[in-house]
Amino acid sequence: MTATAEPEVGKARRRKEDARLITGATRWTDNLQLTGMLHMAVLRSPVAHARITSIDVTEAVKMPGVLVALTGQDLAAEQGSLPCAWPITEDMLAPPAPSLAVDQVNFAGEAVALVVARSAAEAHDALAAIDVDYEDLPVVLDLDRAVEDDADLVHPDLGTNKSATWVFDSAEAGTGSDVDQAIADAEVVVERTFRQQRLIPAFMEPRSVVVDPSPGSVTMWSSTQVPHILRWMLSAVLGIPEQQIRVIAPDVGGGFGGKLQVTPEEVLTLLVARRLGKPVKWTESRTESMLSAHHGRDQVQRITISARRDGTVTGLKVDLLADMGAYLRLVSPGVPILGAFMFNAIYKFPAYRFTCTNVFTNKVPTDAYRGAGRPEATFAIERIMDELAAELGVDPLELREQNWIRHEEFPFTTVAGLTYDSGNYEAATARAKELFGYDALRAEQVERRANGDPVQLGVGISTYTEMCGLAPSRVLGALRYAAGGWEHAAIRMLPTGKVELITGTSPHGQGHVTAWSQIVADRLGVAFEDVEVLHGDTRVSHRGMDSYGSRSLAVGGVAVVLAADKVLAKARTVAAHLMEVAEDDVEFTAGTFSVRGTSTTMALGDVVVAAHVAHNLPDGVEPGLDAEATFDPENFSYPHGTHLCATEVDTETGAVKIRSYVCVDDVGKVVNPLIVEGQVHGGLAQGIAQALYEEAVHDEYGTLTTATLADYLLPSAVDLPHFTTDRTETPATSNPLGVKGVGEAGTIASTPAVVNSIVDAVRHMGVSEVEMPCTPMRVWKAIHGRGDGVPTTPGAGGGLGSIDARGGAE
Amino acid sequence: MRISVTVDGVEYRDDVEPRTLLVHYLRERLGKTGTVVGCDTSNCGACTVHLDGHSVKSCAVLAVQANDREVTTIEGIARDGQLHPVQEAFHQNHALQCGFCTPGMIMQAIDLLADNPDPDEDEVRHGLEGNLCRCTGYQNIVRAVRDAAQKMSPGSGPEAERVDETAVVDRAPMHAGGGE
Ligand code: FES
Ligand code: FES
Repeated sequence: MTATAEPEVGKARRRKEDARLITGATRWTDNLQLTGMLHMAVLRSPVAHARITSIDVTEAVKMPGVLVALTGQDLAAEQGSLPCAWPITEDMLAPPAPSLAVDQVNFAGEAVALVVARSAAEAHDALAAIDVDYEDLPVVLDLDRAVEDDADLVHPDLGTNKSATWVFDSAEAGTGSDVDQAIADAEVVVERTFRQQRLIPAFMEPRSVVVDPSPGSVTMWSSTQVPHILRWMLSAVLGIPEQQIRVIAPDVGGGFGGKLQVTPEEVLTLLVARRLGKPVKWTESRTESMLSAHHGRDQVQRITISARRDGTVTGLKVDLLADMGAYLRLVSPGVPILGAFMFNAIYKFPAYRFTCTNVFTNKVPTDAYRGAGRPEATFAIERIMDELAAELGVDPLELREQNWIRHEEFPFTTVAGLTYDSGNYEAATARAKELFGYDALRAEQVERRANGDPVQLGVGISTYTEMCGLAPSRVLGALRYAAGGWEHAAIRMLPTGKVELITGTSPHGQGHVTAWSQIVADRLGVAFEDVEVLHGDTRVSHRGMDSYGSRSLAVGGVAVVLAADKVLAKARTVAAHLMEVAEDDVEFTAGTFSVRGTSTTMALGDVVVAAHVAHNLPDGVEPGLDAEATFDPENFSYPHGTHLCATEVDTETGAVKIRSYVCVDDVGKVVNPLIVEGQVHGGLAQGIAQALYEEAVHDEYGTLTTATLADYLLPSAVDLPHFTTDRTETPATSNPLGVKGVGEAGTIASTPAVVNSIVDAVRHMGVSEVEMPCTPMRVWKAIHGRGDGVPTTPGAGGGLGSIDARGGAE
Repeated sequence: MRISVTVDGVEYRDDVEPRTLLVHYLRERLGKTGTVVGCDTSNCGACTVHLDGHSVKSCAVLAVQANDREVTTIEGIARDGQLHPVQEAFHQNHALQCGFCTPGMIMQAIDLLADNPDPDEDEVRHGLEGNLCRCTGYQNIVRAVRDAAQKMSPGSGPEAERVDETAVVDRAPMHAGGGE
């Protein structure tokens, strides 16, 4: 066993994961071929709201290769209802959520029948032979309309489209004063309504499920972020004893929250495999994915901010309508609630009230998408801070500085009741301004305005924070979330000195194998190469809460540290025994135990062997050095940063070009700077895409018109700028690694920076809002056709390569 | 229909349905699962392979169209156990996260560098426009392609697709780690 010379943590290690990913030696779920494997295809409703009056599968069953065709009626007795693990209020309304619709469809894309055949092609061919009669029901799409008293209802049995209303009031909670009073007393009040358009997570690997049933046990491979939660929920929904279910998440091609789900197709694949006694595979097409995998965002946000003339903010009131779509999926209701704690952001509001009503519509269910609730909150607060600055006639950065928590004020308890442990907004902002050339860009802006340049320059700011590292279990309990937020790790010390680390996190691109190896290498003084990280199989990693909410490092990584410390504690006892000294005299550095004040040493590897063979152990000490630990954080972690975006807006065409994007993020201590930078880049791309390109658009019948990658505008390499990224480092005080989490930061911060920049470019032309995505048409209309009623649904976009129209090229 | 096609240097003769897409033939018949499917509208590029040395989206080509032709996939570009310089550059520059887009990106990048051995940033971005990545924001992919261009010069073309010495040395940590 070699001692590592320089610390592994902090090193830009190239990833271990890459070896198979760059050579094509991958293990995607859809790669699996099992003997006798059958293929399932799913028929989806073309209509958004209808009663199913009849389904005829007789022709389909006669098609070549078909074994069975099933409807919701066939499975009604066994399919149960898909789980919702986050009933946010005691009186929350939740309709039954069958995997296969039984007598009514509630969104276009909902599964209504399935075929199992010998090949995927035969299964798909047979779908066309299924005859379904629908009797149309009124379609509910618009959020504002859905909550009116005489609205048509998605689920008439519920008597309303409102699922639940959740309120946080700082006066009631004792964390602040009364916001209505603050607004009534205010010298300045600004009100805005923002729209968070509906987005599609659009992970690149389409979802896939393989189920191998055998009597007494069932194995499911699924392209999921949450194998542990999935196993638990499958057991709960279907009544299969949990110990008889094994879930494996092999290589998973991205998730972004989109694979944080218990899906209808997972349930259905399991049911048909069990019924037929054969392995069954289901792999979705991209269009199916867009039509049926959960969407994200989709809120109407009414924001009121109050302030004194001198710029001091005095109150913030947030009223949300959040679109749940047709059903409540795994954590749908809780997503907007996660935002409740983030609207006040980094600012010292004395009074705050948050109200959110979750609303059913005839659309694809919404659920977690990168940031989940926090991008929505950050967008609204960062946008309204700019509006307030405009109202007051001050520089938006100065207004922020005047109101943010100063670095010497940490730890700081906010008006939403969270305690931010650490941060330094001044430092991140100073660095960002320097990299950006803030003052020079402002000067150019003035000049372009004076010259009446057809291309105007805008500067957009986002000084965000987020709560991540989900989460302290007791807080989740208080929020009525059904599960905990701890994470587990186990270490197996092998007799050859190599190490197996088992983690309960479930990476799907984040590089945990590499980062966890670095942590273990440092802690135990073993070589980075000698650590094998195992995950994503409930037989191997039996305890875990999986990966989402930027929790893996801040919670799961800390569990790794704690497990390693347990290994060392026991190793120290054994080493002291073998070296015949008192334990207190034994020190451990870089993989070696030594006796203080002597030259006697013993390598950890030798202690491992001694503990393994157990020939000479102290009385009462069990053989072996394996250890496990579960970490439940006491607080969230609070990454923050300053993002600055300069856009050039062509006032004649509405085209927007990002000229410069600078972000300085403070994610605490960093285990691997290369991986952190990659996470920031990817986050920025998704946040910028919300600002400029992406939107799930429905027509008046509730049909998703952006159900392909030709219509839903995922940015390509030409649509995104070069990012300038840097970091400041204020360690988190809530965990021994000092880490904060980075997965969602870029997405949370970037959207408002871009939109603020666009509005800033043309504010002097009377523009105070451009709805997202800020397409050339919307920007042009905001400049030229104010009051014309800028359309909220522009229809499907121009497809890839339409960079000229979108102006996104660098 | 009977086809004869050389894939990654091995000749295969198979009966295929006329409607079978090349990507499905590769994945399901030949087990070449390194090449993946990301969409159904030929927009994502995840399925990119080389057909007679030029990149194609294998979801937009029928298997029968590959008859008597040569296909190279991500599984066929390493030589003698040594990674292709573009593979190596993707590793060194952290140009992948989940890795689902990676095979297509690498195959497209190789094609791009064959046409333009020293592309600037903008040329790389345009050259990869038909390949979508949801994870990386493209910055490190662009960096990797330009890095590979450096490593592969002077003298591009098929010969330069072979790996150079430095790249092999640099690769050590990955192999020592052995992957997951
Ligand atoms: S699979 Fe998307 S382009 Fe071929
Ligand atoms: S690395 Fe995940 S899609 Fe590109």
